[in-house]
Amino acid sequence: MTRSMETFERTGTFQLAGEAEGLALVFSQPLSFWGGIDPETGDIIDHSHPGLGQNVIGKILVMPSGRGSSSSSSVLAEAIRRGTAPAGILLQRPDPILAVGAIVAEFLYDIRMPLVVCDISSIATGDRIAIGIGADGRAIIGIQPVIAEPRHL
Amino acid sequence: MTLELTAQDKSMLDGEQGPSAAAAMKILVAFSKAIGARSLLDISGAHIDGCLYHGKAGLDFVERLVEGGGRVQVQTTLNVGSFDLIHPGMVKMPAAEEVPARRLMKAHLELGCQATFTCAPYQTRFRPESGQQIAWGESNAIVFANSVIGARTNRYGDFIDLCCAMTGRAPAWGLHLSENRRGRILFELDVPDPEPSDSLFVGVGLIIGQASSDRIPVIAGLPQPRDEDQLKALGAAAATAGAVALFHAVGITPEAGTLDQAFQGMAPEETIRISRSDIDHALARLSGVPDGAPLAAVSLGTPHFSHEEWMRLLPLLREAAPGRGIPIYVNTGRATLARLQEEGALDGMEAFGLIPVADTCTYVTSILKRLDGVVMTNSGKWAHYAPGNIGVTVAFAEMRDCIRSAAVGHVLRSGT
Repeated sequence: MTRSMETFERTGTFQLAGEAEGLALVFSQPLSFWGGIDPETGDIIDHSHPGLGQNVIGKILVMPSGRGSSSSSSVLAEAIRRGTAPAGILLQRPDPILAVGAIVAEFLYDIRMPLVVCDISSIATGDRIAIGIGADGRAIIGIQPVIAEPRHL
Repeated sequence: MTLELTAQDKSMLDGEQGPSAAAAMKILVAFSKAIGARSLLDISGAHIDGCLYHGKAGLDFVERLVEGGGRVQVQTTLNVGSFDLIHPGMVKMPAAEEVPARRLMKAHLELGCQATFTCAPYQTRFRPESGQQIAWGESNAIVFANSVIGARTNRYGDFIDLCCAMTGRAPAWGLHLSENRRGRILFELDVPDPEPSDSLFVGVGLIIGQASSDRIPVIAGLPQPRDEDQLKALGAAAATAGAVALFHAVGITPEAGTLDQAFQGMAPEETIRISRSDIDHALARLSGVPDGAPLAAVSLGTPHFSHEEWMRLLPLLREAAPGRGIPIYVNTGRATLARLQEEGALDGMEAFGLIPVADTCTYVTSILKRLDGVVMTNSGKWAHYAPGNIGVTVAFAEMRDCIRSAAVGHVLRSGT
């Protein structure tokens, strides 16, 4: 199956509102921040996750949901503080644990890492994503597909 | 779905009750919306799992609440920290970590939390009552409060437990609501005349933890426990092996007088039989070494030993009289320790290698002097986490066998 190379847009709901731009890093499997991401480096360290060895700094992390321990809130907040967090996160389903981490980081450090719940289908790793705030407070996600050979999805 | 807030909630959110309450309410509201709660409810107590130092963000958060003049609004106990404040010098840590880790424990006290520093707050004078709404962190405490006491909490943690304490509110969802407390999956213990040994309860806990996923387990056929410490061990193992926040044991726990009551009149979605060999297999996975392996230490008290557990341990120590200098660490709450000292119960016990540890736990911080040998424990939770956390090899056994092994210097288990 090939995808259209046209830029497209969709709306979503903010769990934490903000603006961000970056390249998509897409996983079909949820990643737990606790035990999954090293907040000192932004590296994915979960040996059971297909993203092992990749780095999330400045990326728009796209995955179906969060996963695992409530300690992920602390790890996300700490990563945002250190500048090792993704620029933004798109989730298919809301996640309270990641929401708390993002909200606490905004409260403490005035850094807004947008956390958005939206349809994540047909977003691929490498797509350029822009998260903006619509007039109604909803998230507007602009997706510019990566220029590449047609790929099998 | 919208979240309905009371005038009092809104007043807090608008900062009329100070910046700390406003921050806590803001985070609580965001969390409540994210989980789809329709309203908040009053809580009568909280237990905060925020005293272990994991990085600067955690400390920054508590400091901001302190600076804002915040106080907890309900009776609030504290889980273990990174230090044993009762026994200075017990924990070895680089100064760069020690300063913020100590400050984290102290900052929580400045918010009005009680200096309990225990993972078994349910065995202190702050024990909640059946039916009380509470917001607790720490997996073993959550499962005990829900299952054995019949108090009501969800699995809280990281920032949210403290936000509930600072506002006296929690989202009205999950296990706070009666209809969500009914059993979903039935475990039938298929062991003829089961002896209520400690390891039976640990084994059952491990199995229901692994198999329940997010469904509330109901156990039928469990023998009457000797005391609540056996249910404590079962719950701790279940919350370690899985995400169990509430279990029902038919004829034993308060919301399971009958099978029908445990399932609130509905049918189980699945039934799983537990055999003797299932239990043996689950327990065998906790041990990394065979019998006869040389022993470096014993660690008991995960969760923190109750006074009753100490009363079972001390005669075993006197009887076996271990004299090889193998340390026997026992984690316990500071209030329990103070009571034992008043009673003179620990006099002379150091000769047997006994080292009481308060305020923290031997698997979360650097206490053990030797990490290169086998450590024996009677705790399913300690056996599960210690190899990854502090790099030791573990042998799981009944408490009596742990003490006998310390006396002979190698792993010795009855019945094996």
